[in-house]
Amino acid sequence: MSATLEVSEVGLQLGGARILEPISFALRSPQHVALLGPNGAGKSTLMSILAGVRGGYEGSCRFQGKEVREWGRREFTRRVSFVPQAVRIEFPFTSEQVVLMGRTPHCAGMFETGEDWKAVEEAIRMTDVADFRRRDFRTLSGGEKQRVLLASALAQSPEVLLLDEPTAFLDLRHQIELYRLLRRLCGEGLLVVTVTHDLNLAAAYCDRAILLSQGRLAYDDVPERALRRESIAAVYGVEAEVRRTEAGRPWISYGG
Amino acid sequence: MAAETVTPKRLASAILVAALVAAVVAVLTPLIGSTRIDLGRALSGMSPEREVLFDLRVTRVLLAMLAGGCLGLAGALFQALLRDALATPYTLGVSSGAALGAVLAMTVGWKVAATLPAVWVAALVGAAVVLGLVMRIASSGGRMSSFTLLLAGVTINSICLALILFLHSTAGFVQSFAITRWLMGGIDPVEYSTLAWLCALVAPGIVFVLITARHWNLLAVGEEWAQARGVPADRMLRMGYLAGSLLTGAVTALTGPIGFVGLIVPHALRLRLGADHRVLLPCSFLWGAAFLAVCDAVARTVLAPAEVPVGVITALLGGPFFIWLLRSKRRSLWL
Repeated sequence: MSATLEVSEVGLQLGGARILEPISFALRSPQHVALLGPNGAGKSTLMSILAGVRGGYEGSCRFQGKEVREWGRREFTRRVSFVPQAVRIEFPFTSEQVVLMGRTPHCAGMFETGEDWKAVEEAIRMTDVADFRRRDFRTLSGGEKQRVLLASALAQSPEVLLLDEPTAFLDLRHQIELYRLLRRLCGEGLLVVTVTHDLNLAAAYCDRAILLSQGRLAYDDVPERALRRESIAAVYGVEAEVRRTEAGRPWISYGG
Repeated sequence: MAAETVTPKRLASAILVAALVAAVVAVLTPLIGSTRIDLGRALSGMSPEREVLFDLRVTRVLLAMLAGGCLGLAGALFQALLRDALATPYTLGVSSGAALGAVLAMTVGWKVAATLPAVWVAALVGAAVVLGLVMRIASSGGRMSSFTLLLAGVTINSICLALILFLHSTAGFVQSFAITRWLMGGIDPVEYSTLAWLCALVAPGIVFVLITARHWNLLAVGEEWAQARGVPADRMLRMGYLAGSLLTGAVTALTGPIGFVGLIVPHALRLRLGADHRVLLPCSFLWGAAFLAVCDAVARTVLAPAEVPVGVITALLGGPFFIWLLRSKRRSLWL
């Protein structure tokens, strides 16, 4: 069965400020969706609504046809995992302990089972964090932290993976490896939603691009059609040149 | 060793070590005091040795251990709940509420309430009132968060301290001395029935905190983090605050505020054992119990027959030990 997330007329007002105008779209696995747009466009807000960690919105946001806020937290988080932009940890948790926390919705007892450990080892391998699994999370670099957070979300064995700027601190090699990993996961049937500012990686690896602008849905299409000169100018206010790669994907250069 | 992940075996060995230490302390510290006891005479039931040992020393040690355990546990819990390494059992105002109740009872000269000492009853009532107030204020904006909890708690705490200061200034000379002594905190011999009451009061709090230990790992990272992994953050915050306040309020009613235990015990353990609350919480209880009993033994002997307030000893013993621990162990990992 494929996973579906349906957003219809979802809007949000916070303290008198309009964060999201009512927007609608539907996502169905397997698919890798890039959620794009300038700062303050409402991307992270939308992600937290999809992840079920923010209530108080208008309209309806349904996972498998059932309103997200009506799902039991445990059941929902067994199937949908969410990586926020950054996580600040005050206490000396090791990377491995942070990854283990991803197993919480699957593991009712006091200790992790063999199955939990299998998922954790797999997540650690996929994200290449084994070298610092025993290190204090606070001592890691920004990119290493992001990979540990991703591992924690993968350990959750989700059907839907929501990532808020997962490549912001990653080096080139790990950026590409992350997108390759996400493509493979989509091949295995996952629905992946990635917030990013890297239009080229999004264009190269994603099946669909949703562009938000000032809380509104501006474009929602395959990258070839959503990422054009006019749309980039309208959404980002930047003059860009769009070419094609050999694979036929858009290649955007700007600021040159 | 600190970075190892928690397995049943490792948890069992950490608890076993802590329990052994606590047991040794429980057996040895009653033998320490301003007068030497002939153990043979005490054990064969001869007066006054039997009374000194079992009615004075043992009950005092048991109270110290129960209080130290609850403060250590509540400290670790509040640090996770507020995601603040400097939180103590007293941060959120419950102990000030207890103190306000106790000071009020002493100021008006209230002695006995339904066969129990009025100071205890008033302190418990004060703690309960503050608990209710903070909960109400913290959740008035709809959802409770650790931030609203912290704001409400710290504010109520200040108001209580102001009222205590006011009452203290109006009190007569005799009451004023009693108030000052109480606010210093201290362990006194109590009846066994009082210990039983205290146990019954704190037991639900201890059980709740220990069985939800795994969830506190996630809440110590963040509320959204916990919620995105199936932990009902809002409910856990409420229940955690309730449980921690129960531990703190009940203990404070009997001993007054005793500083440092709730701060230093969880921190020292985090340095040695890591941050996983499945190990940290039970060990904070057991090591807290042992630590306060030892401090109290020192407090009643170091200037015997005079007694030093036990809060002086917890800070003077605990502080330098903590600094040593910080400098010798894992300095690179600390900040």
